[in-house]
Formats: sequence, C-alpha cells, structure tokens
Amino acid sequence: MARFILRRLIWTIPSLIVVTFLVYIAIRIGTNPAESYKRSNPRANAAKIEEYKQLNNLTGNYVKGYVKWSQGFLKGLFDGGASWQRTIKGRQEVWPLLKDAMANTLRLGLAATVIGIGFGILLGIYVAMRPGSLRDATVNTGAFVAFSIPPYVSAVLLQLFLAVMWSRWFGSSLLPTSGVYPPGHQGFDLWLMAKHMVLPVMVVSIQIIAVYTRYMRASLLEVLNSDYMRTARAKGISERRVLVNHAVRNSLIPVVTVAAIDVGGILGGLIITERIFSYPGMGDYFLTAFSNGDFPQLMPFMVVVVFAVLMFNLVADVSYAWLDPRIRLG
Amino acid sequence: MAEITTSVPPVTPEAIEAAGTDSLAASGLSTKSLSPRQMAVRRYFHHKGAFAATIVLGIMVLFVLLAPITARYGVNEAIFRAQAGVPNQNLAPFSKAWFGTDEIGRDIYSRLIYGIRVSLLVGIAAAFFATLIGVTVGAFAGLRGGRFDDLLMRVTDVFLAFPFLVALLVVRNLLGELDWVTSIFGPRTSLRFIIMLFTLFGWMAVARIVRGNVLALKEREFIEAARALGASNWQIVSRHLLPNSIGPVMVALTNTVVAAIIGESTLSFFGFGFQAGAGDTSLGLLVADAKGGVLSGWWWKVVFPCSALSIIALCINFIGDGLRDATDPKLVQG
Repeated sequence: MARFILRRLIWTIPSLIVVTFLVYIAIRIGTNPAESYKRSNPRANAAKIEEYKQLNNLTGNYVKGYVKWSQGFLKGLFDGGASWQRTIKGRQEVWPLLKDAMANTLRLGLAATVIGIGFGILLGIYVAMRPGSLRDATVNTGAFVAFSIPPYVSAVLLQLFLAVMWSRWFGSSLLPTSGVYPPGHQGFDLWLMAKHMVLPVMVVSIQIIAVYTRYMRASLLEVLNSDYMRTARAKGISERRVLVNHAVRNSLIPVVTVAAIDVGGILGGLIITERIFSYPGMGDYFLTAFSNGDFPQLMPFMVVVVFAVLMFNLVADVSYAWLDPRIRLG
Repeated sequence: MAEITTSVPPVTPEAIEAAGTDSLAASGLSTKSLSPRQMAVRRYFHHKGAFAATIVLGIMVLFVLLAPITARYGVNEAIFRAQAGVPNQNLAPFSKAWFGTDEIGRDIYSRLIYGIRVSLLVGIAAAFFATLIGVTVGAFAGLRGGRFDDLLMRVTDVFLAFPFLVALLVVRNLLGELDWVTSIFGPRTSLRFIIMLFTLFGWMAVARIVRGNVLALKEREFIEAARALGASNWQIVSRHLLPNSIGPVMVALTNTVVAAIIGESTLSFFGFGFQAGAGDTSLGLLVADAKGGVLSGWWWKVVFPCSALSIIALCINFIGDGLRDATDPKLVQG
C-alpha cells in the first residue's frame, strides 16, 4: 500500500508539469498580455508593457517561458509568495488574495459538502429500503428535478424569495443576500458569518443532496440484492444489523470514492454560487482575475486547482483499495 | 376442467391483436412479435416522466417555431404605452405584457420565445456536432485501440476532471485569441463560436460512451460472424456496432443538449457569452438580466426566464431518462 501511494505520488509530478504547461500556454495566449495590461492600466506605455511581459515570462519560446515561470513560482512557495509577480490591476500581492479566497471557499464548500453528502446518504438509505414505493418515487423524482435545475437559477430564486421578497412580505429581513459580513463590519463574528452562509450553502448542497441520494440509492440497492445479504439473514442476524453492518457499510465504498473526487473539485468548482452571492472565494478570485486577463493571478489559481484535482483522485483510488479488501494494489 | 377449456375462445391472430399486447409484450410472452424498435417506443411512452416531458417540450418547440405568430411583440420592441402617464418599463405582469416588461419596456414573454429559440438552436446544434465527432472518434478508438485510444482516454480524463467552468472560460479565451479559429467561427461572442465551444466540450463524453460500447461489443459472436462472412470494418461499424450503441448515444446526446443550453446560459450570466445583435436574445441573456431584478424585487424578471430554463433542462433530462429505459434491453419494465 505504502509503495503504491508513493508511486502514485511520484507520478503526479509529471502530470502536474504537463497540465500546468498546457495551462500556461492557454492562459498566456488567452489573456493576451499586452491588451489586458493596457486595459487595467490605461496610461501604460510600450516600455511598461514590455516590462510586464518580461517579468511574467510571457515572451519568446513557450518551453523556456514555462521553465522560468515555474522557477519563480517554486521560489514563491518557500518565501510566502514574495517572489510571485503582483496583480496587474492595483499591483497587489497574489498570495494573500489567494489564501483568503481558499479559506473562504473551503469553509463554504466543506460545509455544503458535509451537509449535502450526509443528507444525501441518509435519504438514499431511507429510499432504498422500500424500492418502488411512493416515497421512493417522490424522493427520486425530487432528486431528478433538483439535479436538473442549474445552480444559478436556484441561487437567484432563493435570493429573491428568502431574502428580498421575505423582507418585503414580513417586514423583517430573514437572510442577507450577499457577502460574508454586512458592509463595514470589522472583526470576527460567527453568527453573522453563519447567517451569510445559509443561502450559498443551500444552493450548493441541494445539488449535492440530489446527486448523492440517487447514487446511494443505486449502490445500496445493488448490495441489498446480492447473495451475501441472504447469507447474513440466514445466519439469523437481526434486520437492523444486516442493514447497518453489512449493507450500508458495503454500499458506502463507491460513494466514498466519488465523494473524494468531489471534494477535490471544491476549490475550483463553486464559481457560480460565489459570484451570485458576492462571496469572496476562489470562484470570485478566478472570475475577477479572468476578466482582467491577470496572468500572475490566474496561474497560482490554476496550479492549486490542478493539484487539488490530482491529489483527491489519488485519495479516491487509495480509499477505494483501503475500504474494499478485494482490491489489491500492485 | 372442461368448463375452463371451453370458456377459452379460439385463438385467432385478430383476437390477440384485439386483446392488446401491453402486458404480454413486457413479459416477452406476446405471440405478435414486436420489433425491438417498437418495443423501445412502447417502453418510452410508458415512462411517465418522459411522456409528459415530450408533450411539454413539444408544445414549447411549437411555440418557439411559430415565434412570429405566438410572440406578441418583436424581440426588441417596446410594448405600446400601457397607461397614460405610466412609463412602461419594469411593469408587473398584466394583460398587455403577460410576463411583465423589462427595464426598457420590452415584453418579457415575447423575448422569452425568441430567447428559447436561440438557446434550443445552440443546444441542438452543439449536441449534433458533438455526437457526430464523438461517435466517429469513439468508434475508431474502440475498434483500433492502441496508442490513439490511450491518448484519447488521457485527454478526456484531464478535461473531465477539471472544473467545468474554469476549463470552459480558459479555452474560450484561448480560442478567441487564435486568428485562424476566429476567422472560421467568428469572434468569441458570436453564436457560431459558442456552438463550436460546446461541441468541443461535448464530444468527449459521447466518445467515451461509444468507445466503451464498441469495446464490449466487438468481442461478441455476431461481430465475429460478420467478420467471418467477409464484412469490412466499415460495414461492421455502420451495420452492427453503431446500431447496437444507439441507446447510450441518444442518452449522451440529450445530456449534451442540456449541458450546452445550461452552459450557454452560464456564460451569458457572467457576461462571457453570446452578445446579441439587434433583434436577438438568448435564454442566458434573459436569465442574466434577471440578476438586476433580484434586489429590486421585480420577481417577474427572475421567475419566468429561470422557470423556462429549468423546465427545458428538466424535460430534456426526463427524455434522456426515458430513452435510457427504453433502449436498455436489460430493463424489462419501463
């Protein structure tokens, strides 16, 4: 097992290099450095633009540029981002921005994922115990509908009804529509923060619940129809123990691996929700950087996202082998 | 015993037809043989969700195709003055504008009809091209295997693992900067470019499905038999492999339609999508307009476009679900 993990870890390095190289090319061409620099700094002259391109290794050969960029990037990893170039708009340091964005997104994403997967699994179990019943049909259809509605539609509708129309109808505000704190707020306040997170967490977790309910249902039904369930019952084990110790535990194995991959996607995947609720997370960071064509801001983001995806794919593989003793890793 | 035997009427083909073959066909006991396609159609219409979705979507498509008749105003036309002295922007639904009006007094109902037209066009065109490419590449990869297959799987793995919107936006800007791409497909805000973009992202799922199907089928006896009879590769693909993967391909097609419609709206929502010229709009642009209505409480600007988009996505998903049930021979009862 340790050897397998080590080998996979070593293999992520070339994958990371190849993918970030492709991303480097895509962003270098896609942002069009000269134009985006001029857009962000309207009074910039040709010399300034050339300096920006040089500093960010955006000229000449792609391979050489990538190597130089990655040297600067790696150096920045050890000195707290001081060696990274500053953003093109406002010349801010990138690392503090990225750090805050990551913290905010992880808070939102983990809360939504825990709630979503937890409820999804419970609903899935609840439904799979009576396949074909009315509650099965209801929950299944509900999950199907929830899954089909794009997240920004549910976000906008929730915002409209639970925040805006609610305060209009009932005279008092129920939930804030956006941000992490009300404007002008200073310091840390758990209650206010939680209140601001209710709507975004709802939007994200509705989708997760829908997906995991269907997933857990299918997985549990498959286990319940297997031969060893009959054996367990024939041994005279109580129905409760059959369900909890044998069925649910085994049906969770595939769900866990999917969950690992989904958690890996959190860092890059909440763009829509964050933008609608003006939540200062990774999605907001990405969209701002993207519309500015901000190469120094985009590259660290992409590296983080690629790294998270690769790592959690590894976690998924390892957890699968660890949970299912039938799988042997070579 | 004798009574029972005499009570059974003589079995004639007409009697069987008259008795209806519903329950018998499902359990495979029918004496009147149904072709697999007829059985699939039957299973499809027994799927309640798919049946309802087909009707709803059919009505919608009819409305949208007849836009010049069904829409009450032109796409960029302001409604006629509602009441003397009342400006006609941001009016709540009333008799002259069923779904209300937007910030410059245009009828949202009419705009919605024109918007759905564009969105359905994007979805169907992108799905069509994506399926065409996906089927070709997938069949080739599955049949040939080897290095091409490996490469295809690697590339699609990377793309499918990546956060969709990030990849979409980065690729959009990359292609938008390449002159040879924009000379063929137009600037990045044009409809052709958007269709191309979703084709590019859509074919991979189709290709993987077709490849998997071809891999599973190509070792089967009937393929071997066809080969023994001297069928060429092309004949095997077009006569045996593709007709046998039509079910999963249809499902993938519906998924691509939904993904493209929602994707187009998402892009528009963030302002990176289709930029409408005069006389055009899209569902995404209307939903993007909805943003401005939220905080002011103009619910009609939010509710109608959002519902239209959700209903379309839901209907197509239901149709896909019905198609899967209908074309999967392992599921006996639809």
